Formats: sequence, structure tokens, C-alpha cells
Amino acid sequence: MALLFTSHWAAMFWNDAKIRGLIYQATVLVLVLLALAYFALNAQQALQERGITTGLAFLGQQSGFAIGEGAITHDASDTYFHALLTGAINTLTVSIASIVGATMIGLLLGIARLSANKLLSGFALIYVELFRNTPQLLQMVMWYLLLTQLPGPRDALSPIAGHLYLTNRGINIPVLENGTSLFTAFLLALVLVVICVTTAFRLMDRRLRNTGKANGRFAALAGAGIAALLGTWLLLGTPTTLVSPTLQGFKYRGGQTISPEFIALFFGLSLYIGAFIGEIVRAGLQSVSRGQLEAADSIPLSRYDRFRLIVLPQALRVMVPPATAQYVSLLKNSALGVAVGYPELFNVTNTTTTLSGQALECVLLMAVFYLSIALTISALMNLYNRRVQIKER
Amino acid sequence: MPRISHTRPGEGRTLPRPDSDHGWLRTVRDGFFSGWISGAITVVFVAGLATILPSVWRWAVADAVWYTTDPSACRAASGACWAVVAEKYRVILFGTYPYDQHWRGALVVLFVTGLAVLSSVPRLWSARLFVVWAVAAVTVAVLMFGGIFGLPYVGTNQWGGLPLTMIVFITSVVFGLPLAVVLALGRRSHLPVIRAVCIGVIEIVRGLPLVSVLFMMIILLPLFLPSDLTVDKLLRALIGMVVFFGAYAAEVVRGGLQAIPAGQYDAAKALGLGYWPSMFKIILPQALRIVIPALMNDIIRAFKNTTFVSVIGIFDMLGATKASLRDVDWVRYSTEAYIFVALVFFLYCFAMSRYSQFIETRLGREDTR
Repeated sequence: MALLFTSHWAAMFWNDAKIRGLIYQATVLVLVLLALAYFALNAQQALQERGITTGLAFLGQQSGFAIGEGAITHDASDTYFHALLTGAINTLTVSIASIVGATMIGLLLGIARLSANKLLSGFALIYVELFRNTPQLLQMVMWYLLLTQLPGPRDALSPIAGHLYLTNRGINIPVLENGTSLFTAFLLALVLVVICVTTAFRLMDRRLRNTGKANGRFAALAGAGIAALLGTWLLLGTPTTLVSPTLQGFKYRGGQTISPEFIALFFGLSLYIGAFIGEIVRAGLQSVSRGQLEAADSIPLSRYDRFRLIVLPQALRVMVPPATAQYVSLLKNSALGVAVGYPELFNVTNTTTTLSGQALECVLLMAVFYLSIALTISALMNLYNRRVQIKER
Repeated sequence: MPRISHTRPGEGRTLPRPDSDHGWLRTVRDGFFSGWISGAITVVFVAGLATILPSVWRWAVADAVWYTTDPSACRAASGACWAVVAEKYRVILFGTYPYDQHWRGALVVLFVTGLAVLSSVPRLWSARLFVVWAVAAVTVAVLMFGGIFGLPYVGTNQWGGLPLTMIVFITSVVFGLPLAVVLALGRRSHLPVIRAVCIGVIEIVRGLPLVSVLFMMIILLPLFLPSDLTVDKLLRALIGMVVFFGAYAAEVVRGGLQAIPAGQYDAAKALGLGYWPSMFKIILPQALRIVIPALMNDIIRAFKNTTFVSVIGIFDMLGATKASLRDVDWVRYSTEAYIFVALVFFLYCFAMSRYSQFIETRLGREDTR
């Protein structure tokens, strides 16, 4: 009887895990499709009532609003597409600047946290706690407030007299004589120095392995650094002088004006994320076990080589995945530019939506942009991660 | 017999004899002057503090105006005007909530804070906590809305300040966590359709800025619903916050699920437990325990992220502060008001991050018992 009972139940089709799985999936699929169809029908009806035609044709129309700043200028007569492009470029500009800034702040903070000097480590600790435990948006709003409380152009603060002017309309800095911004020059120099110095290290390590010779390392490194700087100078078109901003009427001309909106967003992103990167760096450096350090001492490596060859490769392995998450978070939170009035993509999309009424298309375009950039950062960092991960045989 | 060594001769460092001295002089030397670089840093820091601290002190304390109802008294002083906090704290803390009903908001803040403190005591962790939170949700709703027990009705468009910040925070966490568990389980499901749906939701939401998710909820959601159905603006924002928190926390929970050894899954199966019983009784209790410290990070971020709703015109504490500073008499003391708001946020977030460290060491101790 009992046997009959169980076999009777076992024979029912819903007791077959495979069939049950298929039923679950079919149900979910149908529900999702139904919901989508319902949304689509409602949206279609609403758009019809408002007399909005869907499609990307509106991108070719005149936008009717101007964007004050950015690598490319957008006038009211330019198209909506051009406006969104300007916003996207601005998002990338502020994100790249902030990622560089956050990384440098983070490296300094991480090292400072581990310093034996109590003042330095204490300062780093206070910085990290203060910046991590207050909202990023609040910080941004406060930066903007402080920047707009600076004096007007006529009585600007000038910490480096004649070259640098801090005003409530922005910070005026010199440019290279051919108009290239100092930031571009700095970025180019940074990239070249990193490439040259790492190459120099690689070549010297190979020489040490092959020939056992370890002399002339300082000269080689200095040479690589100088070559990188020289290369930067050549690539920039051999500029020899700086053009400093000068006051003409109510405006500074000649140099480069960085708007308070940009700086507030830049500070808000880089100082906040920098605190997180600092903790990642500290945790990464601390994750290297003592045994590794003692093993390095017993070879014996110099303090510097110990850091470069033993500590750093192992710490990077721990640091890369969480740092990636922070970089992606930084990129996305650049959308907070809307709160301080910087025309990045989200802000421009907002304006475009209001003016054109094409909410659906605008949001879709914006989503595609953010998603693809976030995925690109993840993919690049994964590639780098694969390089620094342990290579197991 | 020749001596063979792999070390380079003469390059080893000879360490100095350990010092037997442990006095305060030693502490000072190690902490501030252990080498010439450390000494230089100390000198630079002391010099820097000596120039900055006196002016900070003068601005924030010595020349500051602590209390006045007259903004011109602040204008006469050269220091900070903390009086702005005394003048505006009701608006900062409660927004546009009816003035004589502010006690209801204050009660909500105390109630939610107290409950959060209770929930953080490991000894009180049990399923009953969920019941308590459900009761709490009803109580908070009654207090905020009113309309019964003789309390005047207050619509969500009048809600604001710290109670609203608390409500946004608690809602995102309390509804976001179950969503996170469902999404994480779905992402690890063997059924391809369910896995695909969950991966899609998680990755799309995580790839978007929170402000854009909120923006979609405000602009797009009404488009997708029948035109005669209007969803409250705050509710729409809350849905956005819940989904955003859920998608982030789902990845944390997934990490916990992956950390559970396959033997645990096998053991559950061997006991004859079905999918849901094995998850709820065997896997999830262990997985969630592992990820509590990581979840705390997400929870702290959710608290800070409540400020984002001010971008879409909801008067949380930041939004209410901004609104209160439209007053031309006091707008020049915005910095002081924002410092006050930052302090409130700092207290909550700092307490949570300290708690997170405590729970991490405590759980670590239990594991190595």
C-alpha cells in the first residue's frame, strides 16, 4: 500500500525536477513578457495622447539651448545630438580627471595611514573618516558654496601672483603658449613617465637575471624619467612660455578658466572616492603577510626592491577588484553634476527631455552610454586584473 | 670545504640591538622623529597647524555668534554664525511638515534609531525581529500620515527633513534586502530564464547612476502605467531606492552564497530538503552571516545616498536645508548650516561604521572558536 502510494505520487509530472523547472521558467517568462507588453501599451497610449512621435529623429533638431563649457562648445543652433555629445564628453572629462585625482589621493592616504609618523597617520585617519562618513552630494554642495564665496574677479585671490587667480567665477590658470591646458600636459607627462619608468625597470630586471649586473640603476631610471618629460615636451609642440590670465573688464583672458561647477564636481568626486581608494590601498598593503617581508629580507633585497618586487605585486592583486568598483561608482556619480549645474550627460539629458519631450529616447540613450562606459571600465580593469593575479601553473 | 651562499655577500643589513628603553621620550621619537623624513613631516605638520588652527579657532569659536535671532548681529561679527542653526533647525530637521506636528517626526526619528540600535545587538537576532520591524513600519506610517487617533492627516508632499531621510533609508534597506536575496538566488539558479532575468536586472541597475534611476522613476514610470493611475512621488522615489539598493546588495549576497562549501548544499539535499527549505534553513543563514560586514558598507552607503532624492525635489534633510537657506537674511551663513547637516550625517554613519568593525571582529572570533 505504501509502495503504491509513493509510486503513485512519484508518477505525477510535477515531481519531476526538470519539468517543474520548465514550468517555473515558462511562468516567469510569460509574466515578464506580459508586464513588458502592458508597459509598452500604456506608453504607446500616453505618447499618442501627448502627440509625441517616438524615434530618434528629434536628435537632428535644433536644441535651442547653449552649453557654457566643455571641450566642444554647444550653441542653441546646434542639434540635440550635439548637445548630448557635449554632455557625454564633459562626463568623460570630469571622470578621467577625478579618477586620476582620486588615485593619487588614495595612494598618498594609504601610505600615510601606514606611516610610523603619528601626525601623518592621524591626519590620514581623520581625513578618511570625515570624507567616508558624510554624503558625497553634501560635500559637493559645500565645495560649490565655498568656491562661489571667493571674491569677485576685480579683487581675486592670487596665491601665485600674476599667474593664478581664484574668483567666484572660477579659477584662472596659465596655459602653454600654444593654448594647451596644463592638465592635458600633466596627464600626458604622467602616462609617459609611467610607461618609460616601468619599461626601464623591466629591462634592468632582465639584465640582472641574464648577466647578474645591477649597477647603473639610478642613472637608467633618471634617464627614463627625463626621456619621458622630453617626449611630453616634444609631443606638445616644444612650448617655451606660459600664457598667464590677465584681467580685462570683468573677465580673465589669456589663460584657462576652470568653472566653479567643474571644480566642485571634481573635488566632490576625487576627494570622496580618494578616501575609499586610500582604505583599499592600506588594506592591500597590509594584506601582504609578514613571512613574505621576512623572506625578502633574507635574500636580501633592498627596502625599495622589497616594496617593488614583493609587496606591490601581491598588494595589487587585492586592490584591483575593489578599486574597479570605486572607479565605476565615480563615473556614475559624476551625474551629481546636475546638483551643482555642471553640464555633464545626466544634466544635459534632463534639459533635453524637458525641451524635446522625448523622455523615453533620452533615458535610453543615457542608459546605453553609462552602461557601456561602466562595462568598459570593468573590462579594462579585468584585463589588468588578469595580469596582476597569481599565475598558477 | 667551500662555503656556498645564495646571498650577495656584504649586502645584508645588520639590525641594531633592540632598545630596552620604553619611556615617553622613546614613544615621541618613534612616533614623530624616527628618521629624517619623519622628522621633516612632523616639522611641516606642526608649522602648518600653527598657521591654520588659530584662524580656524577664531572663525569657529572666538569670533563666532552662537545665538541671535537678528541676522545683522552675525553680519557685524567676523566669525561663524552658528545662530543660523538655532534659527533654522526646525526646517532643517522637519522640512515642510506642519510646525505644531513636528513632535510626530521627532518620535519617528527616535523610534527608528532605537529600533536600529536594538536590531544591531547579535543576541536579539531572530525571526521575531522581522515582526517587530513590520509593526514598526505600521507605527511610523500612522505617525507620519496621521488621519486616525485624532492626528491630523499629513500628505507625503509635506514630509521632510530627518524623518524623511530615515524613512527613505529604512525602506531601501528593509525592502531592498529581501529583493537582494531573491536576485542573488536567481542569479545562481540552474534555470536559464530565471538566471538571465536576474542578471539583467542586477547589471542594468548597477550600471546606471542612482540619480538617473530616480529620474526614470519620476519621468518614465507614469508613462508606463495607465494614465488614470497616479503613484505618489515619494513612493516612486522609494521604489527606485529599493531596486538600487537591492541590485547592489544582491552581489554581496551572491558572494556569501558562493563562499558556502558545496558540501553544505549536498548535505541539505541528503536530508531530503527541497530548494526553499534548504536555502532558508541551511544556506542563507550561513551566507548572510558571512556577508554582514560587506552588507554594512552597502547600508552605510544607502544612508548617505538618501541625499540623492533632493535632486528630484524631495525634501530630505539636505533638500530641506537648501530650501531653508532661500531666506535672504540667512543665506550667507549656508556653510554653517551645511556643517550642522554634515555633523548629523557623520554621527549616524560613523556609528554604523564602528558597529561594522565590531561585528566583523566578533563574527571572526566565532569562526575561529
